[in-house]
Amino acid sequence: MIEKDDSRTMILDGVEVSFTPGETIYEVASRSPGEIPTLCYDKRLDPFGGCRLCVVEVEGVRNPVASCTTPASEGMEVRTSTEAIDEHRRILLELVASENRQIDVDPLRGYASQELTELVDRYEARTGRFEGARSGSSRTDDDNPFILRDYDLCISCYRCVRVCAEEEGDHAINVLNRGFETRISTEFDGSLKDSDCTFCGQCVQTCPTGALGDRKAMRYEGEPGNIEKTRPICPYCGVGCSIDVMTRDDRIIGVQPAMDGPANLGALCIKGQFAYDFVQHPDRLSTPLIRGEDGELHEATWDEALDRAAAGFKEALEKHGAESVYGVASGRAPNEAAYTMQKFIRAGFGTNQIDNCSRA
Amino acid sequence: MSNPLVDMQKPDVIFCIGTNMTECHPVAATGIKKALAKGARMIVADPRRIRLAELADLYLPIRVGSDVALLLGMAHVISREGLADEAFIAERTTGSEEFRKHLEQFTPEWAAEITGVNAADIEQAALLYAGAERGAIYYTLGITEHICGVDNVKSLCNLALMTGHIGREGTGINPLRGQNNIQGAGDSGAIPANYPGFQPVVDPANQAKFRKLYGREIPAEVGITKVTALDRCGEQIRAMIIDGENTLVSDPDRKHCQHALESLDHLVVIDLFLTETGELADVVFPAAGFGETDGTCANTERRVQRLRAAVTPHGQAKPDWWIISQLARRLGIDGFEYESARDVFNELCDLSPIYAGLDWDLVENGEYQWPVPERGHPGTPILHEGEFENGRGIFSVLSYRDPAETIDDEYPVWLTTGRRLESYHTRTQSGRAHGIDYLLSEETLEVHPDDVSAWGLEDAGWCELASRRGAVRVKVQATDRSPRGTVFCSFSFNDVPVNILTGSGYDPVTQTAELKVCPVRISKA
Repeated sequence: MIEKDDSRTMILDGVEVSFTPGETIYEVASRSPGEIPTLCYDKRLDPFGGCRLCVVEVEGVRNPVASCTTPASEGMEVRTSTEAIDEHRRILLELVASENRQIDVDPLRGYASQELTELVDRYEARTGRFEGARSGSSRTDDDNPFILRDYDLCISCYRCVRVCAEEEGDHAINVLNRGFETRISTEFDGSLKDSDCTFCGQCVQTCPTGALGDRKAMRYEGEPGNIEKTRPICPYCGVGCSIDVMTRDDRIIGVQPAMDGPANLGALCIKGQFAYDFVQHPDRLSTPLIRGEDGELHEATWDEALDRAAAGFKEALEKHGAESVYGVASGRAPNEAAYTMQKFIRAGFGTNQIDNCSRA
Repeated sequence: MSNPLVDMQKPDVIFCIGTNMTECHPVAATGIKKALAKGARMIVADPRRIRLAELADLYLPIRVGSDVALLLGMAHVISREGLADEAFIAERTTGSEEFRKHLEQFTPEWAAEITGVNAADIEQAALLYAGAERGAIYYTLGITEHICGVDNVKSLCNLALMTGHIGREGTGINPLRGQNNIQGAGDSGAIPANYPGFQPVVDPANQAKFRKLYGREIPAEVGITKVTALDRCGEQIRAMIIDGENTLVSDPDRKHCQHALESLDHLVVIDLFLTETGELADVVFPAAGFGETDGTCANTERRVQRLRAAVTPHGQAKPDWWIISQLARRLGIDGFEYESARDVFNELCDLSPIYAGLDWDLVENGEYQWPVPERGHPGTPILHEGEFENGRGIFSVLSYRDPAETIDDEYPVWLTTGRRLESYHTRTQSGRAHGIDYLLSEETLEVHPDDVSAWGLEDAGWCELASRRGAVRVKVQATDRSPRGTVFCSFSFNDVPVNILTGSGYDPVTQTAELKVCPVRISKA
């Protein structure tokens, strides 16, 4: 019998908390202080239970259970952090760390790239006790300009494989072999360009170790100064994805998806993720231009250009009337551009000679 | 879109027509892929075997420009098989009797003749869509860029009205807008028929309202469209200001467009780069762009969101609103004393009924989808819930028309144009992003492998593509994405200016160009 009342309670670290049936222990615990560590968890993805860091003790159950895959149940008593559990986590992290070439990576590699580093430090697992064989093998042969495949740092959490399948729906990357020989690969084990990869960058942004890295952003690795993030909307199609633009010293150095962006919920495509640097391209117009007597465009001051532009409209108005002036607003510029353009025509010339680029 | 983007995960039957969503709106397409993973079924109608077609349960390879015939055939089947939602029709629509009488002649066999799709598949599509609990339609420019674009949209509305797949979660008629603020440009009043917030200029009440707001008389007469304005350049139209559009490359019939812009006495262009259009201008203003300006925009689901400056503008570049305001002030036009984008947006909210409940601070987190008619209103994620804006949904009685130009002995091949995943429009931006060339460095013409040999072409060899308006050279790519007899090319690369060829006709209502259909002749070059 399914009970109608959908509110239940359990004991979490000695405190009674409520939950809704279907929630996992991890989901319930994530609403309380005291963060359970994870490496294979991404809240957008189906629970995986691979990294075993999120194990907790459940009263009456002999072995610790993975909190990310175990459903909460009525009256359950859970301890998220005990001496034994914390020791288990530390040893796991020491083992994971021992298999990687390096633990510290530049945050420019990706949104989640600091997760392993932070956990290793939090559990003081930088001991070097388990020096030995290393897993993973970096694909230095893949020369695509967007996604670094530094699998020496891979911990086989499968987040990249899962985000590509579950969130992006592309199934471009998959898992080869098992156990210590596990490798993240593509169909026919080639380069990403020859796979179904669309270079959306989702795998990069969910990787918790920097094994996958944003090669464009990494061009600025190691430079001094803090990274600041600002949130505009992607400048390309009409979906309206929120993005976090990373800047340092008044320069755009990369883009990361806004995980709570209302239209995209963390998703981006190749253009939003990687096609932002036109902003700093040397071809950008730096000054106004005016056509000279010689028929060529020449640099001018704002005053000169505004005067010249105004004079042309004044002349058309005087010689040919208000109906001779036409305004085309942009579907690529903000509302404020379109609004002022239509007002310029309507309030300035008293006509409705205004359109935008939606007809082509 | 009548429904929000999150609804794309919720239909049990998806009908995509004229949308290459995985390339043009990839993030929206992830919603559809999730719905499919949950068991939704999908019908895809498109002349090209695009990625969506591969994901479809039922793919309808229609001939370019034959959408109305397909949709009439489907409507016929829905009516004939008794699958119409009679309760919805009775309660919320008008004109159904005449419409259904009209439908009797449009059998699936008739539609098959025109579209080239099997009658059985047309029946199957109708049964699938009509039998859905939550059926949703998604479309893009493959529907609107035709001389019958309005009829195409109305035909989709007819299907939704017949089946009641509108006004509920996971349903609706959902156009995906192609540019980051093309929705907002219309919202803000940059259209000849409407003041901001889609207030018709022909309504005397609106005329009076704006006379007061803008301090002058504006005729209650719809202005001409950009298409007409370009036709009249050098005659009626003498001075033009173009903001952020590379008209010369993106618009149809490039020769005509170039001649038009060159005929002007005065052309002012505002842009980030010196575009092909800017090259023709008398004055070019450098605009601050993405990442350099504060502002607002509206996305395809009518969500109003904030743009934020992350860096100072390049060189002396300035925000568009500042440039236009300075120009207005030099012409002695009142009401341009803005100090920030906030000032401009708040004025827009004050006079637009769809933004009336918003202001700069309220759109901080992008939570609102318009209409937001008053303060405290939560916004409107789903349109047409309970009732339609104008009362009842009206069935449109319409018929199929051939494209403006159809193939013949001289121009025997259909050309259709569009975008590709890695490039955007005329590449003024994506073409200047590091790395994009690695994936897409040049334009190609997609030709079916059998046509490549039948027409004496070579894969990766050059060909000449000619229409009644001109000719371009382009490299051939053999691919079965193209059906026999139809070829595809994007308009992104200036060295393959495919819009020299297009421009065969325009929708009589919207004046949208028939960019999706152009008969051509192909020869080895």
